Amino acid sequence: MAENEEKAKAQNRCPDNSAFKQQRLPAWSPSLTAETVLPFFYLLGIACVLLGVLLQITMQNTQEIKVDYTNAESCDMCFETRKYKVNASRECHCSITFSLKERLEGDVFFYYGLVNFHQNLRRYMDSRDDAQLLGRIKKLKNPSVYCGPNFQYANGTPIAPCGAIANSMFNDSFALFFHPLVDRPLRVPLFRKGIAWYTDKNIKFHNPYVPNESLPQVFQATAKPLYWQKPVYELDPNDSTNNGFINEDLIVWMREAAFPNFKKLYGILDRQSSKMFEQGLPAGNYSVSISYNFPVQYFRGRKQVVLSTVSWFGGQNHFLPIAYLVTGCVTVLVAVVLTVVYIKFGKKGLKMED
Amino acid sequence: MIGSVFYFSISPEEERKVRANDREYNEKFQYANNCIMTSKYNIITFLPVNLFEQFQEVANTYFLFLLILQLIPQISSLSWFTTIVPLVLVLSITAVKDATDDYFRHKSDNQVNNRQSQVLINGTLQNEKWMNVRVGDIIRLENNQFVAADLLLLSSSEPHGLCYIETAELDGETNMKVRQSLPVTSELGDPNSLAQFDGEVICEPPNNKLDRFCGTLYWRENKYGLSNQNMLLRGCVLRNTESCYGLVIFAGPDTKLMQNSGRTKFKRTSIDRLMNTLVLWIFGFLVCMGVILAIGNAVWEKEVGFLFQSYLPWDPPVDNFLFSAFLAFWSYVIILNTVVPISLYVSVEVIRLGHSYFINWDRRMFCQRRNTPAEARTTTLNEELGQVEYIFSDKTGTLTQNIMTFNKCSINGHAYGEWEMSRAQRLDFSFNPLADRDFCFYDQNLLDSVKLGEPAVHEFFRLLSLCHTVMSEEKSEGELMYKAQSPDEGALVTAARNFGFVFRSRTPSTVTVQELGRSVTYALLAILDFNNIRKRMSVIVRNPEGKIRLYCKGADTLLFERLHPCNHDLMNVTSDHLNEYAADGLRTLVLAYRDLSEQQWEDWAERRRSAERAADYREDRLAAAYEEIEQDMMLLGATAIEDKLQEGVPETIAILSLANIKIWVLTGDKQETAVNIGYSCKMLTDDMSEVFIINGHTVQRVREELSGEQGGWHPQQEEKPQQGSPPAPALPSLLDSISGEYALVISGHSLAHALEADMEREFLDTACACKAVICCRVTPLQKALVVELVKKHKKAVTLAIGDGANDVSMIKTAHIGVGISGQEGIQAVLASDYSFSQFRFLQRLLLVHGRWSYLRMCRFLCYFFYKNFAFTMVHFWFGFFCGFSAQTVYDQYFITLYNIVYTSLPVLAMGIFDQDVPEQRSLEYPKLYEPGQLNLLFNKREFFICIAQGIYTSVVLFCVPYGVLSQATRNDGIPLADYQTFAVTVATSLVIVVSVQIALDTGYWTAINHFFVWGSLGAYFTILFAMHSNILFSIFPNQFHFFGSAQNTLIQPVVWLTIALATVVCIVPVLAFRFLKLDLKPQLSDTVGLSVF
Repeated sequence: MAENEEKAKAQNRCPDNSAFKQQRLPAWSPSLTAETVLPFFYLLGIACVLLGVLLQITMQNTQEIKVDYTNAESCDMCFETRKYKVNASRECHCSITFSLKERLEGDVFFYYGLVNFHQNLRRYMDSRDDAQLLGRIKKLKNPSVYCGPNFQYANGTPIAPCGAIANSMFNDSFALFFHPLVDRPLRVPLFRKGIAWYTDKNIKFHNPYVPNESLPQVFQATAKPLYWQKPVYELDPNDSTNNGFINEDLIVWMREAAFPNFKKLYGILDRQSSKMFEQGLPAGNYSVSISYNFPVQYFRGRKQVVLSTVSWFGGQNHFLPIAYLVTGCVTVLVAVVLTVVYIKFGKKGLKMED
Repeated sequence: MIGSVFYFSISPEEERKVRANDREYNEKFQYANNCIMTSKYNIITFLPVNLFEQFQEVANTYFLFLLILQLIPQISSLSWFTTIVPLVLVLSITAVKDATDDYFRHKSDNQVNNRQSQVLINGTLQNEKWMNVRVGDIIRLENNQFVAADLLLLSSSEPHGLCYIETAELDGETNMKVRQSLPVTSELGDPNSLAQFDGEVICEPPNNKLDRFCGTLYWRENKYGLSNQNMLLRGCVLRNTESCYGLVIFAGPDTKLMQNSGRTKFKRTSIDRLMNTLVLWIFGFLVCMGVILAIGNAVWEKEVGFLFQSYLPWDPPVDNFLFSAFLAFWSYVIILNTVVPISLYVSVEVIRLGHSYFINWDRRMFCQRRNTPAEARTTTLNEELGQVEYIFSDKTGTLTQNIMTFNKCSINGHAYGEWEMSRAQRLDFSFNPLADRDFCFYDQNLLDSVKLGEPAVHEFFRLLSLCHTVMSEEKSEGELMYKAQSPDEGALVTAARNFGFVFRSRTPSTVTVQELGRSVTYALLAILDFNNIRKRMSVIVRNPEGKIRLYCKGADTLLFERLHPCNHDLMNVTSDHLNEYAADGLRTLVLAYRDLSEQQWEDWAERRRSAERAADYREDRLAAAYEEIEQDMMLLGATAIEDKLQEGVPETIAILSLANIKIWVLTGDKQETAVNIGYSCKMLTDDMSEVFIINGHTVQRVREELSGEQGGWHPQQEEKPQQGSPPAPALPSLLDSISGEYALVISGHSLAHALEADMEREFLDTACACKAVICCRVTPLQKALVVELVKKHKKAVTLAIGDGANDVSMIKTAHIGVGISGQEGIQAVLASDYSFSQFRFLQRLLLVHGRWSYLRMCRFLCYFFYKNFAFTMVHFWFGFFCGFSAQTVYDQYFITLYNIVYTSLPVLAMGIFDQDVPEQRSLEYPKLYEPGQLNLLFNKREFFICIAQGIYTSVVLFCVPYGVLSQATRNDGIPLADYQTFAVTVATSLVIVVSVQIALDTGYWTAINHFFVWGSLGAYFTILFAMHSNILFSIFPNQFHFFGSAQNTLIQPVVWLTIALATVVCIVPVLAFRFLKLDLKPQLSDTVGLSVF
């Protein structure tokens, strides 16, 4: 018995003749030959150049106007007012003007921009509670400690929405006016909804829901963030469905910017409501009336208003087409150099004879 | 004996006292019992002990430290699981491996401990488990049983207290050995008398020397010396012996078997050492980056963060920017820890294991005849096989087959065995019914001389049939089987057998020989056994007529010194014959005898007895006694045995030397034999300018010979004083430049001087300048010293190959030890790192497996460091934009999975399967081996290139998305500059770029590579979408807050344009450089590889 086993074992000692064990698996061995590399470089370079040109042409159809209003025109006064914390609750209104030399064709987007505001600090970004924003009742009353010092007041009242991000929410509001040459100023209609990601608006952010209770009642035991003037359920006085955690300005603000200089969408031109704006914003003079609440001098920041149109690949973006053009040209140049080197100095095959 | 009570102490045992049948007395010494435990853990201790062991690895401790850092909320820049998941994975892979190993050890321990043995307790034999056997017990062994502990043989069922054992498990030798009990105890044959036995043994403490034992038995007021001949060691098997009794001297862990199973010295490869250095550098780099970022944080917090406090107040313990910077430093250490990848060591082990399996599986290294496949016994040295520069080879059994054939002989000045090939006719031994049919001899003259009854010829073969240690086995009448310890002896006894002097059987005191059909029994008076120093063996026998004669066979140099002066002329003739034989590469032995008078014998026997009884220096005294009697001998003649070269040896040596590998032969043979083998295996050729032979016996002479040779090359050298001063630094390079023309042969006694501290450099320089080096007549220790010398001074990878016990020290000393699984036992194999059965497999092991392993490991390491730098350094650049706040660029799950899921398998597949040129090409072009020797593929320079490439990639991966996304908006107006979009874009670009890079690095795309590369990309996107899915978010909103980013980001054309741009910018320069390198400085492997297609 044992002997038979031993014999079988002894016979089996020769390794299997499988392609895997003998390292002879069928395989493709690519190599960098001139026949493959040089055409690849040319094609790649040309493709990049063409793409760059295409992007450049597309981009020329988009426009962008950027106006800094931190202390421009009448906002200078508000800027001074906001320097002091004691004036925090004082309202301040101002307006700035600008003119469009050409019409802004098609959909026009209205942004506010902030300079030198760091939404990307680690502790800042951690300071939020997505469960609370999702409308979990338990979290509403008992927000996560990640919200840091902004999760409850000293007396234990929980803050909704909690955290440094919500607390620092941008709270200037804007009204855009068109000044026709003959007529009195006309308020440009802006959609204030549809400015956030669909998934954010519909899934990520929910108001807490308690049967038979209105929004203010649900939020009753909570307090508004320290710097806010209005509680979260009164953010939009005009549209009751745009209040609470699903307020789109809040949602937009809660999506943190990756870099300290950023713009966020404020509104979209409503082209249907008025014939004047059907084709976009006509050329002419405009003013923006601002409810100036957000102090920026503490952190040496700037505030901007940005108007922009988009193409199929988005808004104005100088970097991408230029980068493609440069990359394409360099690649072609490299290809030429490689070709010259290959023809003049290539040593292929010499070594084989050694 | 009263003082023995004080032996309780824990201090190391100085001597062992064992009293038979007295457990109470023996227990006082607390000797280990017979329970062995080779396992390391049990169920309860496994976790703590195994973890403790694993955390002794620096890398693991480092990651534990990181984990602790991450648990501090002020520092924690990453969730704890980003570290713990890989750490747990790595720890559990190792733990599972350890646990399986230990499980099997437990199983075998249990099996061994529960073996039954018969123990004499209270006068009766009782069955006991092995583990319950104590020191001092008397146990009974039966045929074919394993010996349970180290026993002193008391008595046996066979006459004279003899018993036979097989020691295969102990030293690998399969021939039987004889053990004999002391005459006084051999009468104790039954349990009753044994139960009365109360002798006390005092002996050496436990040690690992298998071949010696020193002790004394005190019994009935008498002292009896004990030696290894009286011992049965644990692990042996009792053979051809019905039963025997033994007294347990050493049990369990104290037995010689267990004492020998100590861990061998752990070998590390040069890549290992380099890797450790690099990891240290990376640590330094990590700290530097941490410091830079911490300074950045200090400046930023002072200038900006301080003002930003209204929106983001500093956390309570932080009250100034310096403290904040301090915390930022640790936070960044956590984030940037991925530059030191935890999976590096595990991946390296996996790759090496794969390569080891390929060696085990290689059919071309499988020997059909011996049914032995090659075996990688160590799995951690594979890539070093691709860097070998020096091979130290044994000759017998390694270069040669170690199958001995009796080829020629010289009897009384007459040479036999010369024949012409054309007329060769095998001798007919049919007159002798006991002849071995496989034996061939062609010289009719010798047979005629035997038949004519020439006394010298008869005496010659009589000696051969008497003077040996061969055991015979006669299963049926006339079917003789010889079991010889060395093949030489077997060949000689077989030759005698065929010429009519048939050794039939032996007992401890007799040898029976069938002399030309007449059975003669000689009384065997003494065996003066063989050892490496004596290099001869003798027997003293009394023939039936009562004449006492000493027969001796041994090495010529030693025997010639001990001949009677009247042999002078015969000696000269024989010496000439010997030189001829040696020139043919034959192994020679000289035979001589001496007649002893009864008186001489009695005197000497007495001296020997007293030497045997001596308590100290017993071996030296015995050797002196032997020396005394082996004098004034009469020369009979000499034998020449042929040891055939193994198949393919000259070709292998030729190919290896083409691959710039220097081969040194270290052999115990005599110079002429060694030189001759050198010629026959093409190490030495007639084209060589000169073969230097160093044979001096004195320091001065050796020095002169050495410098003489150097002088031969450089006349100016002679003017330089060579005495004691180290050679001028320019010398080695000068010598190197003229290599290839010379060969060096040095003998053992000269080597002893050449290896002395003041001459070793000179010797080494000379030897290294020679194309071939042959050291003959070297001892095992000298073999190791030569290897050590080259290792110390040359910084080259050395490989030692051998098959016998005398090669073990050399195999253990060299970077890589290769054992030939041949006939001389398996000690060499047991000590080796790789083993196979044919020398010619060495070329495949080095040029194919070694070369590939090195190549794969280097490519793997380059890519591994590259991918981790590309991954990690993005955080560094982002630090300049996020106020040095230690915000990560990626989602934490991406950080967790990047190294263990997204990028691990393609590079592993490359590390295991990659091939640059097909295997037959690496044998056709041995020069392909050179990059490994010169360490070209992965060194500090290559490392920096990889790092630079990684950093370049990280810059591109950060800047391109930054440039594009910071201004871009989607086509529905929503800005793309949010953090999560940026994170997804950078992560996706990174995965694509490193995948393209591995695709470029992979030279051999098997289906597995395809599967892993595409599978990893697929896994990335699948996991990305899963992690950003609704389901996970709705369960853990705070953990999976990246919800929706993948969908929203990856449908944007701008994002894909960004990813494509980043990929092109990363890859184009790499491709261009590679093409240029290929074009302007093609490596041999490139051209060879290309010519295939």
